[in-house]
Amino acid sequence: MANMSPEKNEVRCQEPSERIKNFDEVAYGYDVETAVSEAERCLNCKNKPCVDGCPVNIDIPAFIGKIKQREFVAAYKIIRESSSLPAVCGRVCPQEKQCEERCVRGKKGEPVGIGRLERFADTFYSSRPESFKTPELPESNGHKAAVIGSGPAGLSCAGELIRMGYSVTVFEALHVAGGVLVYGIPEFRLPKTIVQREIYRLMNLGVTIETNTVIGKTFSIGDLFENGFKAVFIGSGAGLPNFMGIKGENLNGVYSANEFLTRINLMKAQQEDSDTPIMPVKNIAVVGGGNVAMDAARCAKRLGAENVYIIYRRSENEMPARKEEVLHAKEEGIIFKFLTNPAEITDGGDFSVNGVKCVEMELGEPDESGRRSPVPIEGSEFILEADSVIIAVGTSPNPLIRDTTEGIKTNGRGCFITDENCRTSIEGIYAGGDAVTGAATVILAMGEGKKAAKAMDEYIRGNITI
Amino acid sequence: MHEGNAVKTKNDFVRIKKGLKFQPLLLLTNYKHCVIIVFELILIRNDFMYRIIRKAILNPTVTLMEIEAPLAAKKAEPGQFIILRTDKNGERIPLTIADFDRVRGTITIIYQIVGATTEKLNYKNKGDYIEDLTGPLGIPSKTDGLKKVAVVGGGVGCAIAYPIAKKLHANGVCVHSIIGFRSRELVILEDEFSEASDMLCIMTDDGSYGEKGLVTTALKSLIEKGEVYDEVIAIGPLVMMKFVSALTKEYGIKTTVSMNPIMIDGTGMCGCCRITVGGEIKFACVDGPDFDGHKVDFDEAIKRGSIYRKIERAAHEKVCNLYQNINED
Repeated sequence: MANMSPEKNEVRCQEPSERIKNFDEVAYGYDVETAVSEAERCLNCKNKPCVDGCPVNIDIPAFIGKIKQREFVAAYKIIRESSSLPAVCGRVCPQEKQCEERCVRGKKGEPVGIGRLERFADTFYSSRPESFKTPELPESNGHKAAVIGSGPAGLSCAGELIRMGYSVTVFEALHVAGGVLVYGIPEFRLPKTIVQREIYRLMNLGVTIETNTVIGKTFSIGDLFENGFKAVFIGSGAGLPNFMGIKGENLNGVYSANEFLTRINLMKAQQEDSDTPIMPVKNIAVVGGGNVAMDAARCAKRLGAENVYIIYRRSENEMPARKEEVLHAKEEGIIFKFLTNPAEITDGGDFSVNGVKCVEMELGEPDESGRRSPVPIEGSEFILEADSVIIAVGTSPNPLIRDTTEGIKTNGRGCFITDENCRTSIEGIYAGGDAVTGAATVILAMGEGKKAAKAMDEYIRGNITI
Repeated sequence: MHEGNAVKTKNDFVRIKKGLKFQPLLLLTNYKHCVIIVFELILIRNDFMYRIIRKAILNPTVTLMEIEAPLAAKKAEPGQFIILRTDKNGERIPLTIADFDRVRGTITIIYQIVGATTEKLNYKNKGDYIEDLTGPLGIPSKTDGLKKVAVVGGGVGCAIAYPIAKKLHANGVCVHSIIGFRSRELVILEDEFSEASDMLCIMTDDGSYGEKGLVTTALKSLIEKGEVYDEVIAIGPLVMMKFVSALTKEYGIKTTVSMNPIMIDGTGMCGCCRITVGGEIKFACVDGPDFDGHKVDFDEAIKRGSIYRKIERAAHEKVCNLYQNINED
């Protein structure tokens, strides 16, 4: 019998008043009974609209069906066929714009909590002894493949290649593997132990991870080919922070979201034993409306800031952030200033921030992205008091690889140009994830990594026969 | 008792055997397994490859370290830098490569003790390891097409100026070096510079060594005397680079400065190292660290560089006290 409740089963969360004092994960996830009850809400539609909504086409009704039958490991295995990182995607995918948006149950009431069920299946599987076993791998084919970047795109590409029998090396510029999963997404949204676990799984399969290795500096892509790598995947992401070009942006106390989050997530500046400093904050304004802006604002709250503002130039409906994060941010007391645009960051006199001069906006005609574009309202300027400002208005790909790889084609925004099989303009070099699309989602990057692996395999095998 | 022990050992054995990786260690029965063990040990060794092989104290606050880092050494060029972390809770700090030896696979850093990390680094000795080292980062200094150059170094900045002078000199460029320090006991790299220069001029603020005065005084008098330089390369404290640039602007001599702002990742990710050059935002880590001295907004860079000074001082003291206590114990 289907569970006909119009609402999703609630997931237990840390109380807002408690969680703003720590960096522990906010949502606890479903227990077995709640998961089964939620799975029973799935109608197992024949045409599976949810599957079309998933960027990597996970067979969602099938895995939910297994949860219904209490075959949780089988459920995990179904997800794993299409997704390399179920633990991560269950937590960070914007489900309300993907699978859950298409869910038939969503037409009258709330859709099935697909993301939460995905997370549950992973949690269950990962607590089983069999998850520690090394899966059977095909005989090594003796060919080397290189993956640049250990973020979602790189990890999924590496995972696929090693399962095809390649010898895979992942090159990571930072001292820890994981890319944006480690330096960008905070602990309270994606615990780092989970990222670690996924990386250990890959290493257990035989993937070599070289940290502290910057491709474009320590090695060029040409060096990799000379060292016997047959194909290279660029999954270097979009790490270069954008600034707005407004007055006062270089004042002390203005951070890119990347800097602020890196100090906290990667360098653990909030911990007593970390050597990395972070300035104490009282009133902080975060500019932007994406997940990164939410992450930065909520981190600031946890560092003890009294007033945390999010300044976003469009309205709440246009905000690209994940719905759950916006909800959590509101619960935590983050103050949203919608339809507001910063015009200037004001200097308190000693080269430090003392406020943000803002202008109110109204929505005009839809722009090329289909969202109604904001137009300033004349004479609506006001000053928002703040001692720190975080700029979270997007990132672009880093120039290190494109500047050192002759002949590789990029577009005006510095993203690599690829065909539908992730091939770049140079033979043997593939690219995917944010390095190609500009800042996007974990799941898209992961899907691209997987697709690239398939194309690389075909390319290398094609070359051998010739 | 004895039996109990035996059972425990047996269980342990089974458990370890299941733990896959160390299976060969326990089944040392033939030659093949020995090879596997040796191979695993090599792998483990690789994780700790940043070994300090030379440490020399150049003056009371400036130290030289030669570190094994074959990958960085292979690609290093003058003007580039590395990022290092001393230990697992350490911060990432940028340090310019003062020298490199591709054959030995080492790079040399010269650092001044200013904060917690450099203090911690200074407590490491020959044979110790550094947790992480990444590099070479940044764009190498451009030395093509130069015939006569004035290399101006100030304080610990001389450590960065030296490899450039050395490279220019080796390429047959006429190098006039002007290096400045506060006083005699702070003078570093005198012999190295005199070897890499056609003319060396040492300046001290108090006149206790070389000539009394600032590097700008010496540079000005050389220019006034009729020396014609294709380029002036100035590396030192921001204030020094600012005044050198102001001076050379008067004479219209192209000037390159090396910026060393606060950085975290060093690969263009955090934007912490942004500086204004000719009205545009540039990231010192990926666009630099060398920039046109006549275009850099030094006043802004000076203010940006001071943001963590208080925290830095407090952290430095904390580390000093910690080590002092350990020594007393």
